[in-house]
Amino acid sequence: MRRTSLALAAGCAAALALTTSACGAGGGGGGGGGSDSINVLMVNNPQMLALQKHVGEFEKKTGIKVHFTVKPENDMRNQAAQDFQNQSGQFDVATLSNFEIPIYAKKGWLWSLDDIDAYKKDTSFDQSDIFPSMTKALSSDDKLYGEPFYGESSFLMYRKDVLAKAGVTMPEHPTWDQVAAAAAKVDGAEKGMKGICLRGLAGWGENVAPFTTVVNTFGGTWFDKDWNAQVDAQPFKDAATFYTNLVKEHGEAGAAQAGFAECLTALTQSKVAMWYDATSAAGSLEAPDSPVKGKIGYAQAPVKETDASGWLYTWAWAIQKKSSKQDDAWKFISWASGKDYLKTVGESDGWSTVPAGARESLYKNADYLKAAGPFADATLTALEAADPDDPGTQPRPAPGIQFVDVPEFTDLGTSFGQDLSAVIAGQKSVDAALAAGQKAATAVGKKYQGS
Amino acid sequence: MTTLTVPSAPETRSARDAGAGDRSATRPGSKATRRGNAAAGIVAWVVALLFFFPVLWMVLTSLHSEPDAAGNPPKLFAPLTLDGYRTFFGSASGASPWPPLINSAEASVVSTLLVLCLAIPAAYALAVKPVRRWTDVMFFFLSTKMLPVVAGLLPLYIIAKQIGALDTMWYLIVLYTAMNLPIAVWMMRSFLAEVPPALFEAASLDGAGIVRTLRSVVVPIASPGIAATALICFIFSWNELLLANTLTSTVAQTAPVFLTSFVTSQGLFLAKVSAAATVISLPVLIAGFAAQDKLVQGLSLGAVK
Repeated sequence: MRRTSLALAAGCAAALALTTSACGAGGGGGGGGGSDSINVLMVNNPQMLALQKHVGEFEKKTGIKVHFTVKPENDMRNQAAQDFQNQSGQFDVATLSNFEIPIYAKKGWLWSLDDIDAYKKDTSFDQSDIFPSMTKALSSDDKLYGEPFYGESSFLMYRKDVLAKAGVTMPEHPTWDQVAAAAAKVDGAEKGMKGICLRGLAGWGENVAPFTTVVNTFGGTWFDKDWNAQVDAQPFKDAATFYTNLVKEHGEAGAAQAGFAECLTALTQSKVAMWYDATSAAGSLEAPDSPVKGKIGYAQAPVKETDASGWLYTWAWAIQKKSSKQDDAWKFISWASGKDYLKTVGESDGWSTVPAGARESLYKNADYLKAAGPFADATLTALEAADPDDPGTQPRPAPGIQFVDVPEFTDLGTSFGQDLSAVIAGQKSVDAALAAGQKAATAVGKKYQGS
Repeated sequence: MTTLTVPSAPETRSARDAGAGDRSATRPGSKATRRGNAAAGIVAWVVALLFFFPVLWMVLTSLHSEPDAAGNPPKLFAPLTLDGYRTFFGSASGASPWPPLINSAEASVVSTLLVLCLAIPAAYALAVKPVRRWTDVMFFFLSTKMLPVVAGLLPLYIIAKQIGALDTMWYLIVLYTAMNLPIAVWMMRSFLAEVPPALFEAASLDGAGIVRTLRSVVVPIASPGIAATALICFIFSWNELLLANTLTSTVAQTAPVFLTSFVTSQGLFLAKVSAAATVISLPVLIAGFAAQDKLVQGLSLGAVK
């Protein structure tokens, strides 16, 4: 009896070993793929899906096979953080933003492009054509760690027809006071139309992004150069009072829950007359099936004490330090962020869909200007004016315009964003929100003051 | 002693029915009973529709265009299109859904077979010839399910990284087997407990060893229970997202992970995701229908009691 049960157990164990080793052989190890292949982790945005469609051309040209893993933004961030932090080496290349790249670079998780032979020998890429603000945002200690795939700044979008009817002229470089006055004037210009859409949805990448640009231009900052929290200082308070009052008085319906997508819908459906947000929104507003196509005017991000206040954001390619295929990885980046790729997409999918905001030469391309005419100039001006190292009126301890480039900012920003959202919803006072923000920011600052 | 257990099951059932009849205090066939039956029927239908509605809504959404799918208020009668399904099968990005679907099938089928292979003997040892302190053993099995999977995720990731098991099918299969084994043992034990011990005695009198008993007595008699257990293990493995999302990337990506890749922060995706979810639900539905008869027998046999 005992012997038979032992035999049974052994049989099961053998079956387990057999099946698993068989599967293992088919599966391949971590970091998989052959010598002529690279693994790329990327965020699921339309520009990346188009890239996936065109990648065959790259594979044919170079003989390098590209395996993509595509994930929604938050999942992608998590997986990239996990893979790069552990240096697991599953991915050779990942899309990272200008928030992550300087942080990852400092931790030693990324290949500096300057150390890659294929980058040094690449004569066709033309680094000087990449917006200098982007190159700066993707560098750390004067070394370059990523190349932008596409990028954006922020600007003001407004209904030309509605403003004209109300007798408001929007200058090319408006001030926040002018914008607030205009919002009051056009509020209710059409049935159900509010003055302006500003993000209220909580999150460091949601309401805190446009709000921080307002803080910058009001003369405020999250931290002074010695990491002292400045959230309860007067300029920050003025900015918070201004932003929340403007939204409460003339902002979109349901403002506390409105993010990028909600504001885009609101402007498209004539529920608001103006919107301050990412330059990348313009592509959707001017799309062939958009009901407001041709009716939108574009002005620079409103200012108060600075000359410009637009933010800077990019999805960029970076190479994991653990990867031993850095040369092949660079060839892929050089193709994806290269000039020829813009042409490929423009000619096959339409110029309005090309990944814009990375290369200056695109803004001299007649085909692109024809498709993106209404907003190309304003985008170019905004991208050229953005300076991640000096976005406000005082020196900063870390780079970043709409964020402070330290890992703690995601938590700090999101908890403050929730309070800001509560102020907009009328559940909290500005003072209470700032007091909580100051406390959280002080804790973050203390961590860096020691170092 | 053993012959008593067989008729006991129907007896208790009829006793329960009689009890229910007593409580309503009506004779069978009376008007009140008929009204009660009709009401129960309606409630059953409402509940069934309530459960089915989200699935119906998913299928309907998958057949709409993206703007119609995102419309508020919902557009019930918008024109139908197969665009969502075309996108799922790679019309937009050229990414084929087949490798993840095959991976999911492999992980689910192999892990389910392994689970059965381990759970049936274990259940036999716990139900038919109970080992000493078998209740403690059962509790130990159950206790392994008390730790939330997410709490073990980081160690699992680090182990996988150290032994080079990241993004491999066999690691997923081992994990899915471990994940489903306790449930399978519990289910199989309750099924085997229903089998009249006389049968085992008879088998043993006829000279059958343990393997022979398992093969010729346990498996045929408990086949509805095995089907129910297998289906549940299959469903759990097929639908598992957390482990697969963390531990796989390009090679061993499973269907649920592939499904999430349709979610985007730029643009509309409801129709695409619904289409993907519909396609990915199909294998489970088919398996469920195929095993329906056995399932009804199996589920009413023991586990759910």
